[in-house]
Amino acid sequence: MSAALIFAHGFFSSEDVRIAILVGAVVAVVSGTVGTFTVMRGQSFAGEALGDIGITGGSGAFLFGVGPLWGFVAAGVVAAAVMELIGIQRPRGRDLATGIVLGAALGLAALLLYLDSTLHNTTGAGRTILFGSVFAVSAGTLPLIAGLGAGVLALIALLYRPLLLSCVSAEMAAARGIAVRAVGAAYLLALALAVALAAISIGAILSTALLIGPAATALRLTRRPGLAIAVAGLVGVAAMWLGILLAYDSYYWPPKETGWPVSFFVVTLIFLAYLLSGLPALLRRRGRSG
Amino acid sequence: MTEILSVQRVTVRLSGREVLRDVSFAIAPGELTGLIGSNGAGKTTLFRVILGLQHASDGRVLIAGRTRGTARLAGGRRNAPIGYVPQKFLLDPDMPLRARDLVGLGLDAHRFGIPRPSRARRALIEEMLAAVDARDFADTRVGLLSGGEQQRVLIAHALIGRPRLLLLDEPLANLDLRAAQEVVQLLARIASQLGVAVLISAHEMNPLLPVMDRIVYLAGGRAASGTVAEVVRADVLSELYGSHVDVLNVHGRVLVVAGAGDEADMHGHEGVFPERQPAPLPGELAL
Repeated sequence: MSAALIFAHGFFSSEDVRIAILVGAVVAVVSGTVGTFTVMRGQSFAGEALGDIGITGGSGAFLFGVGPLWGFVAAGVVAAAVMELIGIQRPRGRDLATGIVLGAALGLAALLLYLDSTLHNTTGAGRTILFGSVFAVSAGTLPLIAGLGAGVLALIALLYRPLLLSCVSAEMAAARGIAVRAVGAAYLLALALAVALAAISIGAILSTALLIGPAATALRLTRRPGLAIAVAGLVGVAAMWLGILLAYDSYYWPPKETGWPVSFFVVTLIFLAYLLSGLPALLRRRGRSG
Repeated sequence: MTEILSVQRVTVRLSGREVLRDVSFAIAPGELTGLIGSNGAGKTTLFRVILGLQHASDGRVLIAGRTRGTARLAGGRRNAPIGYVPQKFLLDPDMPLRARDLVGLGLDAHRFGIPRPSRARRALIEEMLAAVDARDFADTRVGLLSGGEQQRVLIAHALIGRPRLLLLDEPLANLDLRAAQEVVQLLARIASQLGVAVLISAHEMNPLLPVMDRIVYLAGGRAASGTVAEVVRADVLSELYGSHVDVLNVHGRVLVVAGAGDEADMHGHEGVFPERQPAPLPGELAL
Protein backbone atom coordinates (compact mmCIF):
# COMPACT_ATOMS: atom_id res chain seq x y z
CA MET A 1 0.00 0.00 0.00
CA SER A 2 2.63 2.51 1.10
CA ALA A 3 5.01 1.24 -1.59
CA ALA A 4 2.32 1.90 -4.17
CA LEU A 5 2.02 5.45 -2.90
CA ILE A 6 5.74 6.12 -3.20
CA PHE A 7 6.37 4.35 -6.50
CA ALA A 8 3.64 5.52 -8.82
CA HIS A 9 2.17 2.95 -11.18
CA GLY A 10 4.55 1.78 -13.87
CA PHE A 11 7.70 3.29 -12.34
CA PHE A 12 9.85 0.19 -12.66
CA SER A 13 8.39 -1.03 -15.93
CA SER A 14 9.09 2.23 -17.74
CA GLU A 15 11.99 2.04 -20.19
CA ASP A 16 12.71 5.78 -19.76
CA VAL A 17 12.95 5.37 -15.99
CA ARG A 18 15.34 2.45 -16.25
CA ILE A 19 17.66 4.38 -18.56
CA ALA A 20 17.38 7.46 -16.35
CA ILE A 21 18.35 5.47 -13.27
CA LEU A 22 21.42 4.04 -15.02
CA VAL A 23 22.52 7.32 -16.58
CA GLY A 24 21.86 9.20 -13.34
CA ALA A 25 24.05 6.82 -11.36
CA VAL A 26 26.99 6.94 -13.79
CA VAL A 27 26.86 10.71 -14.12
CA ALA A 28 26.50 11.34 -10.37
CA VAL A 29 29.46 9.12 -9.51
CA VAL A 30 31.67 10.78 -12.15
CA SER A 31 30.57 14.28 -11.11
CA GLY A 32 31.13 13.54 -7.42
CA THR A 33 34.63 12.18 -8.05
CA VAL A 34 35.80 14.99 -10.32
CA GLY A 35 33.87 17.59 -8.31
CA THR A 36 35.72 16.75 -5.10
CA PHE A 37 38.97 17.78 -6.76
CA THR A 38 37.27 20.80 -8.38
CA VAL A 39 36.28 22.11 -4.95
CA MET A 40 39.69 21.31 -3.43
CA ARG A 41 41.45 23.14 -6.27
CA GLY A 42 39.07 26.09 -6.05
CA GLN A 43 38.09 25.70 -9.71
CA SER A 44 34.33 25.89 -9.26
CA PHE A 45 34.17 28.84 -11.64
CA ALA A 46 35.91 26.81 -14.36
CA GLY A 47 33.39 24.02 -13.76
CA GLU A 48 30.47 26.42 -14.05
CA ALA A 49 31.96 28.00 -17.17
CA LEU A 50 32.49 24.63 -18.87
CA GLY A 51 28.83 23.85 -18.16
CA ASP A 52 27.66 27.13 -19.66
CA ILE A 53 29.91 26.58 -22.65
CA GLY A 54 28.07 23.29 -23.12
CA ILE A 55 25.12 25.43 -24.26
CA THR A 56 27.18 26.39 -27.31
CA GLY A 57 28.00 22.75 -28.02
CA GLY A 58 24.48 21.52 -27.38
CA SER A 59 22.79 24.15 -29.55
CA GLY A 60 25.37 23.58 -32.29
CA ALA A 61 24.73 19.83 -32.18
CA PHE A 62 20.98 20.44 -32.46
CA LEU A 63 21.49 22.71 -35.45
CA PHE A 64 23.49 20.05 -37.31
CA GLY A 65 21.31 17.17 -36.16
CA VAL A 66 24.02 15.46 -34.07
CA GLY A 67 23.43 13.97 -30.62
CA PRO A 68 23.68 16.66 -27.92
CA LEU A 69 26.28 14.70 -25.93
CA TRP A 70 28.74 15.06 -28.81
CA GLY A 71 28.13 18.80 -28.75
CA PHE A 72 28.72 19.01 -25.00
CA VAL A 73 31.91 16.95 -25.22
CA ALA A 74 33.33 18.86 -28.19
CA ALA A 75 32.60 22.29 -26.71
CA GLY A 76 33.94 21.29 -23.29
CA VAL A 77 37.21 19.83 -24.58
CA VAL A 78 37.90 22.73 -26.95
CA ALA A 79 37.08 25.27 -24.23
CA ALA A 80 39.31 23.47 -21.70
CA ALA A 81 42.17 23.47 -24.21
CA VAL A 82 41.81 27.21 -24.86
CA MET A 83 41.62 27.93 -21.10
CA GLU A 84 44.82 25.95 -20.64
CA LEU A 85 46.52 27.89 -23.45
CA ILE A 86 45.44 31.27 -22.06
CA GLY A 87 46.92 30.25 -18.73
CA ILE A 88 44.28 28.94 -16.35
CA GLN A 89 47.04 27.42 -14.21
CA ARG A 90 48.72 30.71 -13.43
CA PRO A 91 47.39 31.98 -10.11
CA ARG A 92 46.36 35.31 -11.62
CA GLY A 93 45.29 33.86 -14.95
CA ARG A 94 42.76 31.45 -13.56
CA ASP A 95 39.58 33.50 -13.51
CA LEU A 96 40.68 35.57 -16.47
CA ALA A 97 41.21 32.57 -18.77
CA THR A 98 37.88 31.11 -17.69
CA GLY A 99 35.98 34.37 -18.09
CA ILE A 100 37.34 35.16 -21.55
CA VAL A 101 36.56 31.73 -22.96
CA LEU A 102 33.12 31.76 -21.29
CA GLY A 103 32.22 35.12 -22.81
CA ALA A 104 33.28 34.14 -26.31
CA ALA A 105 31.46 30.80 -26.15
CA LEU A 106 28.20 32.30 -24.88
CA GLY A 107 28.25 34.85 -27.69
CA LEU A 108 28.39 31.97 -30.13
CA ALA A 109 25.61 30.23 -28.18
CA ALA A 110 23.38 33.28 -28.66
CA LEU A 111 23.74 32.89 -32.42
CA LEU A 112 23.30 29.11 -32.44
CA LEU A 113 20.19 29.19 -30.21
CA TYR A 114 18.69 31.87 -32.46
CA LEU A 115 19.35 29.75 -35.54
CA ASP A 116 17.94 26.67 -33.77
CA SER A 117 14.65 28.39 -33.03
CA THR A 118 14.30 30.07 -36.43
CA LEU A 119 15.49 27.27 -38.71
CA HIS A 120 13.86 24.43 -36.78
CA ASN A 121 10.92 26.44 -35.62
CA THR A 122 11.04 25.08 -32.10
CA THR A 123 11.77 26.45 -28.64
CA GLY A 124 11.96 23.07 -26.89
CA ALA A 125 15.57 22.51 -27.92
CA GLY A 126 16.80 25.51 -26.00
CA ARG A 127 15.09 24.41 -22.82
CA THR A 128 16.39 20.84 -23.06
CA ILE A 129 19.96 22.06 -23.61
CA LEU A 130 19.82 24.54 -20.75
CA PHE A 131 17.89 22.57 -18.15
CA GLY A 132 18.01 19.05 -19.56
CA SER A 133 16.00 15.98 -18.71
CA VAL A 134 17.46 12.66 -17.74
CA PHE A 135 14.29 11.08 -19.17
CA ALA A 136 15.22 12.38 -22.60
CA VAL A 137 18.44 10.35 -22.86
CA SER A 138 18.07 7.75 -25.58
CA ALA A 139 19.00 4.10 -25.03
CA GLY A 140 21.52 4.35 -27.85
CA THR A 141 23.55 6.95 -25.94
CA LEU A 142 23.92 4.66 -22.93
CA PRO A 143 27.13 2.87 -24.04
CA LEU A 144 28.79 6.19 -24.89
CA ILE A 145 27.88 7.65 -21.49
CA ALA A 146 29.15 4.55 -19.68
CA GLY A 147 32.36 4.55 -21.73
CA LEU A 148 33.08 8.23 -21.16
CA GLY A 149 32.27 7.86 -17.46
CA ALA A 150 34.65 4.91 -17.09
CA GLY A 151 37.34 6.84 -18.96
CA VAL A 152 37.06 9.86 -16.65
CA LEU A 153 37.14 7.68 -13.52
CA ALA A 154 40.20 5.83 -14.84
CA LEU A 155 41.97 9.13 -15.56
CA ILE A 156 41.26 10.45 -12.05
CA ALA A 157 42.41 7.16 -10.50
CA LEU A 158 45.65 7.41 -12.48
CA LEU A 159 46.24 11.04 -11.45
CA TYR A 160 45.06 10.52 -7.87
CA ARG A 161 48.27 10.97 -5.85
CA PRO A 162 50.07 13.66 -7.90
CA LEU A 163 46.77 15.56 -8.24
CA LEU A 164 46.11 15.41 -4.51
CA LEU A 165 49.56 16.75 -3.63
CA SER A 166 49.16 19.47 -6.29
CA CYS A 167 45.92 20.49 -4.53
CA VAL A 168 47.83 20.74 -1.23
CA SER A 169 50.69 22.76 -2.64
CA ALA A 170 51.87 23.12 -6.23
CA GLU A 171 55.33 24.00 -4.90
CA MET A 172 55.65 20.84 -2.85
CA ALA A 173 54.43 18.78 -5.80
CA ALA A 174 56.96 20.40 -8.14
CA ALA A 175 59.76 19.78 -5.62
CA ARG A 176 58.76 16.10 -5.61
CA GLY A 177 59.33 15.99 -9.36
CA ILE A 178 55.63 15.99 -10.27
CA ALA A 179 54.85 17.64 -13.61
CA VAL A 180 52.29 19.95 -12.03
CA ARG A 181 51.25 21.64 -15.26
CA ALA A 182 50.65 18.37 -17.13
CA VAL A 183 48.69 16.96 -14.20
CA GLY A 184 46.57 20.13 -14.12
CA ALA A 185 45.88 19.94 -17.85
CA ALA A 186 44.88 16.27 -17.67
CA TYR A 187 42.59 17.11 -14.76
CA LEU A 188 40.99 19.93 -16.78
CA LEU A 189 40.20 17.39 -19.51
CA ALA A 190 38.53 15.13 -16.93
CA LEU A 191 36.55 18.13 -15.71
CA ALA A 192 35.37 19.01 -19.21
CA LEU A 193 34.18 15.43 -19.82
CA ALA A 194 32.49 15.17 -16.41
CA VAL A 195 30.63 18.42 -17.03
CA ALA A 196 29.51 17.18 -20.48
CA LEU A 197 28.08 14.06 -18.84
CA ALA A 198 26.31 16.15 -16.19
CA ALA A 199 24.94 18.43 -18.92
CA ILE A 200 23.31 15.57 -20.79
CA SER A 201 21.46 14.47 -17.66
CA ILE A 202 20.42 17.67 -15.88
CA GLY A 203 21.19 20.34 -18.46
CA ALA A 204 24.17 22.50 -19.30
CA ILE A 205 23.36 25.30 -16.87
CA LEU A 206 22.57 22.99 -13.96
CA SER A 207 25.60 20.73 -14.44
CA THR A 208 27.53 22.77 -11.85
CA ALA A 209 25.03 21.82 -9.18
CA LEU A 210 25.81 18.14 -9.65
CA LEU A 211 29.55 18.80 -9.87
CA ILE A 212 29.98 21.13 -6.90
CA GLY A 213 27.01 20.43 -4.59
CA PRO A 214 27.66 16.79 -3.59
CA ALA A 215 31.43 17.44 -3.38
CA ALA A 216 30.99 20.49 -1.14
CA THR A 217 28.62 18.45 1.03
CA ALA A 218 31.16 15.61 1.30
CA LEU A 219 33.99 17.98 2.21
CA ARG A 220 31.97 19.13 5.20
CA LEU A 221 31.35 15.60 6.40
CA THR A 222 34.66 13.76 6.02
CA ARG A 223 38.33 14.16 6.87
CA ARG A 224 39.76 11.82 4.25
CA PRO A 225 40.10 12.42 0.52
CA GLY A 226 39.02 8.90 -0.55
CA LEU A 227 36.01 8.99 1.75
CA ALA A 228 35.06 12.47 0.51
CA ILE A 229 34.93 11.15 -3.06
CA ALA A 230 32.76 8.19 -1.99
CA VAL A 231 30.35 10.42 -0.03
CA ALA A 232 30.13 12.90 -2.93
CA GLY A 233 29.22 10.04 -5.28
CA LEU A 234 26.61 8.69 -2.87
CA VAL A 235 24.99 12.10 -2.30
CA GLY A 236 24.85 12.64 -6.07
CA VAL A 237 23.33 9.23 -6.79
CA ALA A 238 20.78 9.64 -3.98
CA ALA A 239 19.72 13.06 -5.28
CA MET A 240 19.49 11.72 -8.84
CA TRP A 241 17.40 8.68 -7.97
CA LEU A 242 15.12 10.49 -5.58
CA GLY A 243 14.73 13.28 -8.14
CA ILE A 244 13.78 10.77 -10.83
CA LEU A 245 11.22 9.19 -8.49
CA LEU A 246 9.67 12.54 -7.54
CA ALA A 247 9.55 13.70 -11.16
CA TYR A 248 7.80 10.49 -12.16
CA ASP A 249 5.32 10.85 -9.30
CA SER A 250 4.72 14.51 -10.17
CA TYR A 251 2.63 13.45 -13.18
CA TYR A 252 -0.10 12.89 -10.62
CA TRP A 253 0.40 16.29 -9.00
CA PRO A 254 -1.20 19.53 -10.14
CA PRO A 255 -1.17 20.77 -12.81
CA LYS A 256 -2.62 17.47 -14.04
CA GLU A 257 -0.99 15.34 -16.73
CA THR A 258 2.28 17.31 -16.90
CA GLY A 259 5.24 16.22 -14.83
CA TRP A 260 7.57 18.67 -13.15
CA PRO A 261 11.10 18.93 -14.59
CA VAL A 262 13.34 16.24 -13.10
CA SER A 263 16.33 18.61 -13.01
CA PHE A 264 14.43 20.85 -10.59
CA PHE A 265 14.09 18.01 -8.11
CA VAL A 266 17.71 16.85 -8.44
CA VAL A 267 19.18 20.31 -7.96
CA THR A 268 16.86 21.13 -5.06
CA LEU A 269 17.72 17.87 -3.29
CA ILE A 270 21.45 18.57 -3.71
CA PHE A 271 20.96 22.04 -2.25
CA LEU A 272 19.05 20.59 0.71
CA ALA A 273 21.82 18.03 1.30
CA TYR A 274 24.38 20.81 1.38
CA LEU A 275 22.34 22.82 3.89
CA LEU A 276 21.82 19.75 6.07
CA SER A 277 25.54 18.92 6.03
CA GLY A 278 26.18 22.23 7.76
CA LEU A 279 24.04 21.25 10.72
CA PRO A 280 26.61 19.16 12.66
CA ALA A 281 29.15 22.01 12.65
CA LEU A 282 26.45 24.54 13.54
CA LEU A 283 25.21 22.46 16.48
CA ARG A 284 28.77 21.93 17.69
CA ARG A 285 29.38 25.69 17.65
CA ARG A 286 26.09 26.35 19.47
CA GLY A 287 26.97 23.72 22.06
CA ARG A 288 30.34 25.31 22.70
CA SER A 289 29.11 28.89 23.02
CA GLY A 290 25.96 27.97 24.97
CA MET B 1 84.25 16.65 3.96
CA THR B 2 81.86 14.30 2.16
CA GLU B 3 79.36 16.94 1.28
CA ILE B 4 75.75 16.21 0.33
CA LEU B 5 75.15 19.66 -1.13
CA SER B 6 77.71 21.82 -2.83
CA VAL B 7 76.70 25.20 -4.26
CA GLN B 8 79.49 26.49 -6.49
CA ARG B 9 79.68 30.13 -7.59
CA VAL B 10 75.96 30.33 -8.37
CA THR B 11 74.68 33.50 -9.99
CA VAL B 12 71.00 34.01 -10.83
CA ARG B 13 69.64 36.84 -12.96
CA LEU B 14 65.87 37.31 -13.03
CA SER B 15 64.63 39.72 -15.72
CA GLY B 16 67.93 41.55 -15.77
CA ARG B 17 68.31 41.84 -12.00
CA GLU B 18 71.04 39.91 -10.22
CA VAL B 19 69.27 38.10 -7.39
CA LEU B 20 72.23 35.93 -6.41
CA ARG B 21 75.87 36.65 -7.16
CA ASP B 22 78.70 34.19 -6.91
CA VAL B 23 77.19 32.23 -4.02
CA SER B 24 79.24 29.26 -2.80
CA PHE B 25 78.89 26.95 0.19
CA ALA B 26 78.73 23.25 1.02
CA ILE B 27 77.00 21.21 3.70
CA ALA B 28 77.64 17.71 5.00
CA PRO B 29 75.29 14.97 6.29
CA GLY B 30 74.26 15.43 9.91
CA GLU B 31 74.86 19.16 9.79
CA LEU B 32 72.29 21.83 10.48
CA THR B 33 72.89 24.96 8.44
CA GLY B 34 71.08 28.26 8.76
CA LEU B 35 70.50 30.30 5.60
CA ILE B 36 70.13 33.76 7.09
CA GLY B 37 69.06 36.88 5.26
CA SER B 38 66.38 39.56 5.28
CA ASN B 39 63.35 39.32 3.00
CA GLY B 40 64.40 39.75 -0.59
CA ALA B 41 67.97 38.61 0.06
CA GLY B 42 67.50 35.68 -2.32
CA LYS B 43 66.82 32.79 0.07
CA THR B 44 63.83 31.38 -1.77
CA THR B 45 65.56 31.79 -5.14
CA LEU B 46 68.54 29.83 -3.80
CA PHE B 47 66.21 27.05 -2.64
CA ARG B 48 64.56 26.93 -6.05
CA VAL B 49 67.98 26.55 -7.68
CA ILE B 50 68.89 23.72 -5.31
CA LEU B 51 65.55 22.01 -6.02
CA GLY B 52 66.11 22.33 -9.75
CA LEU B 53 63.06 24.58 -10.21
CA GLN B 54 65.15 27.60 -11.18
CA HIS B 55 68.01 27.72 -13.64
CA ALA B 56 71.27 29.21 -12.42
CA SER B 57 72.64 31.79 -14.87
CA ASP B 58 76.12 30.79 -13.81
CA GLY B 59 77.78 28.25 -11.55
CA ARG B 60 76.48 24.84 -10.54
CA VAL B 61 74.88 22.86 -7.76
CA LEU B 62 76.08 19.38 -6.85
CA ILE B 63 73.79 17.03 -4.93
CA ALA B 64 75.71 14.07 -3.54
CA GLY B 65 78.45 14.84 -6.05
CA ARG B 66 76.18 14.96 -9.09
CA THR B 67 75.20 18.05 -11.06
CA ARG B 68 71.72 19.37 -10.56
CA GLY B 69 70.23 20.69 -13.77
CA THR B 70 66.90 22.42 -14.12
CA ALA B 71 65.33 19.17 -15.23
CA ARG B 72 63.40 17.26 -12.63
CA LEU B 73 66.04 14.66 -12.18
CA ALA B 74 66.31 12.63 -9.03
CA GLY B 75 63.35 14.42 -7.41
CA GLY B 76 60.84 12.03 -8.90
CA ARG B 77 62.52 8.88 -7.69
CA ARG B 78 61.82 6.97 -4.58
CA ASN B 79 64.24 7.85 -1.81
CA ALA B 80 64.28 11.30 -3.32
CA PRO B 81 67.47 12.97 -2.10
CA ILE B 82 65.78 16.28 -1.21
CA GLY B 83 62.92 16.86 1.20
CA TYR B 84 61.30 20.29 0.96
CA VAL B 85 59.01 22.35 3.19
CA PRO B 86 57.86 25.50 1.38
CA GLN B 87 57.41 28.96 2.82
CA LYS B 88 54.19 30.34 4.31
CA PHE B 89 52.32 27.14 4.01
CA LEU B 90 48.70 27.46 5.04
CA LEU B 91 46.42 24.62 4.19
CA ASP B 92 42.73 25.18 3.54
CA PRO B 93 40.82 24.03 6.64
CA ASP B 94 38.11 22.59 4.37
CA MET B 95 40.56 20.22 2.69
CA PRO B 96 39.64 16.65 3.62
CA LEU B 97 43.16 15.56 4.48
CA ARG B 98 44.35 14.21 7.81
CA ALA B 99 47.88 14.72 9.04
CA ARG B 100 48.61 11.05 8.33
CA ASP B 101 47.30 11.39 4.76
CA LEU B 102 49.71 14.24 4.06
CA VAL B 103 52.62 12.26 5.53
CA GLY B 104 51.60 9.31 3.35
CA LEU B 105 51.69 11.54 0.25
CA GLY B 106 55.34 12.20 1.09
CA LEU B 107 55.97 8.52 0.52
CA ASP B 108 54.55 8.11 -2.95
CA ALA B 109 52.82 11.25 -4.28
CA HIS B 110 55.01 11.18 -7.38
CA ARG B 111 53.54 7.86 -8.41
CA PHE B 112 50.41 7.41 -10.47
CA GLY B 113 47.37 5.60 -9.15
CA ILE B 114 45.61 5.24 -5.83
CA PRO B 115 47.74 4.29 -2.78
CA ARG B 116 47.20 0.71 -1.72
CA PRO B 117 46.85 0.47 2.03
CA SER B 118 49.29 -2.00 3.55
CA ARG B 119 50.59 -2.75 7.01
CA ALA B 120 54.10 -1.71 6.01
CA ARG B 121 52.86 1.64 4.67
CA ARG B 122 50.84 2.30 7.81
CA ALA B 123 53.76 1.40 10.05
CA LEU B 124 56.10 3.71 8.14
CA ILE B 125 53.66 6.63 8.44
CA GLU B 126 53.12 5.88 12.14
CA GLU B 127 56.86 5.81 12.74
CA MET B 128 57.36 9.15 11.02
CA LEU B 129 54.45 10.75 12.92
CA ALA B 130 56.07 9.57 16.15
CA ALA B 131 59.45 10.96 15.09
CA VAL B 132 57.98 14.49 14.86
CA ASP B 133 55.70 14.10 17.92
CA ALA B 134 52.60 14.35 15.76
CA ARG B 135 50.76 11.20 16.83
CA ASP B 136 48.29 13.12 19.02
CA PHE B 137 46.84 14.93 16.04
CA ALA B 138 47.50 12.36 13.31
CA ASP B 139 43.78 12.04 12.54
CA THR B 140 42.94 15.74 12.55
CA ARG B 141 42.49 17.72 9.35
CA VAL B 142 45.83 19.37 8.57
CA GLY B 143 44.16 22.72 7.92
CA LEU B 144 42.81 22.81 11.47
CA LEU B 145 46.22 22.35 13.14
CA SER B 146 48.24 25.19 14.65
CA GLY B 147 51.22 26.60 12.77
CA GLY B 148 53.71 24.59 14.81
CA GLU B 149 51.73 21.37 14.39
CA GLN B 150 51.41 21.90 10.62
CA GLN B 151 55.15 22.52 10.46
CA ARG B 152 55.82 19.17 12.16
CA VAL B 153 53.48 17.33 9.80
CA LEU B 154 55.18 18.96 6.81
CA ILE B 155 58.58 17.92 8.14
CA ALA B 156 57.30 14.35 8.44
CA HIS B 157 55.96 14.60 4.88
CA ALA B 158 59.37 15.75 3.65
CA LEU B 159 61.31 13.17 5.68
CA ILE B 160 59.36 9.99 5.00
CA GLY B 161 61.01 9.54 1.60
CA ARG B 162 64.34 9.27 3.48
CA PRO B 163 66.03 12.26 1.85
CA ARG B 164 69.66 13.01 2.64
CA LEU B 165 69.01 16.74 2.37
CA LEU B 166 66.11 18.59 3.98
CA LEU B 167 65.29 22.17 2.92
CA LEU B 168 62.95 24.32 5.00
CA ASP B 169 61.97 27.78 3.78
CA GLU B 170 61.28 30.09 6.75
CA PRO B 171 59.84 27.34 8.97
CA LEU B 172 59.87 29.62 12.02
CA ALA B 173 57.93 32.49 10.48
CA ASN B 174 54.45 32.82 12.02
CA LEU B 175 55.37 30.60 14.98
CA ASP B 176 55.30 31.79 18.56
CA LEU B 177 58.52 31.54 20.56
CA ARG B 178 57.74 28.21 22.13
CA ALA B 179 56.55 26.50 18.94
CA ALA B 180 59.63 27.85 17.15
CA GLN B 181 61.91 26.40 19.82
CA GLU B 182 60.21 23.01 19.55
CA VAL B 183 60.62 22.97 15.77
CA VAL B 184 64.29 23.98 16.07
CA GLN B 185 64.97 21.20 18.59
CA LEU B 186 63.18 18.71 16.36
CA LEU B 187 65.28 19.73 13.34
CA ALA B 188 68.51 19.47 15.33
CA ARG B 189 67.50 15.96 16.41
CA ILE B 190 66.71 15.00 12.82
CA ALA B 191 70.11 16.21 11.65
CA SER B 192 72.12 14.43 14.34
CA GLN B 193 70.11 11.22 14.70
CA LEU B 194 69.15 10.54 11.09
CA GLY B 195 72.33 11.96 9.58
CA VAL B 196 70.28 14.24 7.32
CA ALA B 197 71.76 17.53 6.15
CA VAL B 198 69.26 20.21 7.20
CA LEU B 199 69.21 23.65 5.55
CA ILE B 200 66.87 26.17 7.20
CA SER B 201 66.22 29.65 5.88
CA ALA B 202 65.32 32.37 8.36
CA HIS B 203 65.37 36.15 8.53
CA GLU B 204 66.35 35.97 12.19
CA MET B 205 69.39 33.98 13.30
CA ASN B 206 68.93 33.97 17.08
CA PRO B 207 66.45 31.07 17.37
CA LEU B 208 68.90 28.92 15.39
CA LEU B 209 72.10 29.94 17.21
CA PRO B 210 72.07 27.09 19.77
CA VAL B 211 71.83 24.39 17.07
CA MET B 212 73.50 25.80 13.96
CA ASP B 213 76.62 23.94 12.80
CA ARG B 214 77.12 26.35 9.95
CA ILE B 215 75.69 29.59 8.73
CA VAL B 216 75.22 30.95 5.21
CA TYR B 217 74.61 34.68 5.52
CA LEU B 218 72.94 36.28 2.49
CA ALA B 219 72.89 40.02 1.87
CA GLY B 220 72.31 41.81 -1.41
CA GLY B 221 72.56 38.53 -3.30
CA ARG B 222 76.01 37.71 -1.96
CA ALA B 223 76.84 35.11 0.68
CA ALA B 224 79.36 34.51 3.46
CA SER B 225 79.51 31.00 4.91
CA GLY B 226 81.26 29.06 7.62
CA THR B 227 80.75 28.47 11.32
CA VAL B 228 78.89 31.14 13.26
CA ALA B 229 82.16 32.28 14.83
CA GLU B 230 83.72 32.66 11.38
CA VAL B 231 80.87 34.55 9.76
CA VAL B 232 79.02 36.60 12.36
CA ARG B 233 81.84 39.11 12.80
CA ALA B 234 81.95 42.81 12.18
CA ASP B 235 84.65 42.61 9.48
CA VAL B 236 83.04 39.75 7.51
CA LEU B 237 79.51 41.21 7.58
CA SER B 238 80.73 44.75 6.87
CA GLU B 239 82.47 43.42 3.78
CA LEU B 240 79.28 41.56 2.78
CA TYR B 241 77.00 44.57 3.24
CA GLY B 242 79.51 46.96 1.72
CA SER B 243 79.15 49.32 4.69
CA HIS B 244 80.17 49.20 8.31
CA VAL B 245 78.13 47.08 10.69
CA ASP B 246 78.69 46.13 14.32
CA VAL B 247 78.04 42.71 15.82
CA LEU B 248 76.98 42.90 19.45
CA ASN B 249 76.54 40.11 21.93
CA VAL B 250 73.81 40.84 24.42
CA HIS B 251 72.83 38.16 26.93
CA GLY B 252 73.67 35.40 24.49
CA ARG B 253 71.77 37.00 21.63
CA VAL B 254 73.53 38.41 18.62
CA LEU B 255 72.58 41.83 17.33
CA VAL B 256 73.80 43.02 13.96
CA VAL B 257 73.48 46.77 13.77
CA ALA B 258 74.49 49.29 11.18
CA GLY B 259 77.38 51.51 12.22
CA ALA B 260 77.09 55.12 13.31
CA GLY B 261 75.59 57.34 10.65
CA ASP B 262 73.51 54.53 9.18
CA GLU B 263 70.88 54.62 11.88
CA ALA B 264 68.13 55.58 9.47
CA ASP B 265 68.42 52.16 7.86
CA MET B 266 67.73 50.41 11.12
CA HIS B 267 64.18 51.61 11.18
CA GLY B 268 63.35 50.59 7.62
CA HIS B 269 60.78 47.95 6.91
CA GLU B 270 61.63 44.59 5.53
CA GLY B 271 61.22 44.20 1.83
CA VAL B 272 63.17 44.15 -1.39
CA PHE B 273 66.05 46.56 -1.22
CA PRO B 274 68.14 48.01 -3.98
CA GLU B 275 71.33 46.13 -4.40
CA ARG B 276 74.30 46.92 -2.24
CA GLN B 277 72.17 49.08 0.01
CA PRO B 278 72.35 48.08 3.65
CA ALA B 279 68.97 46.54 4.35
CA PRO B 280 67.55 46.14 7.85
CA LEU B 281 69.88 43.52 9.17
CA PRO B 282 68.78 40.04 10.00
CA GLY B 283 69.91 40.07 13.59
CA GLU B 284 67.67 41.43 16.29
CA LEU B 285 66.99 45.02 15.47
CA ALA B 286 68.34 47.42 18.04
CA LEU B 287 66.07 50.43 18.28
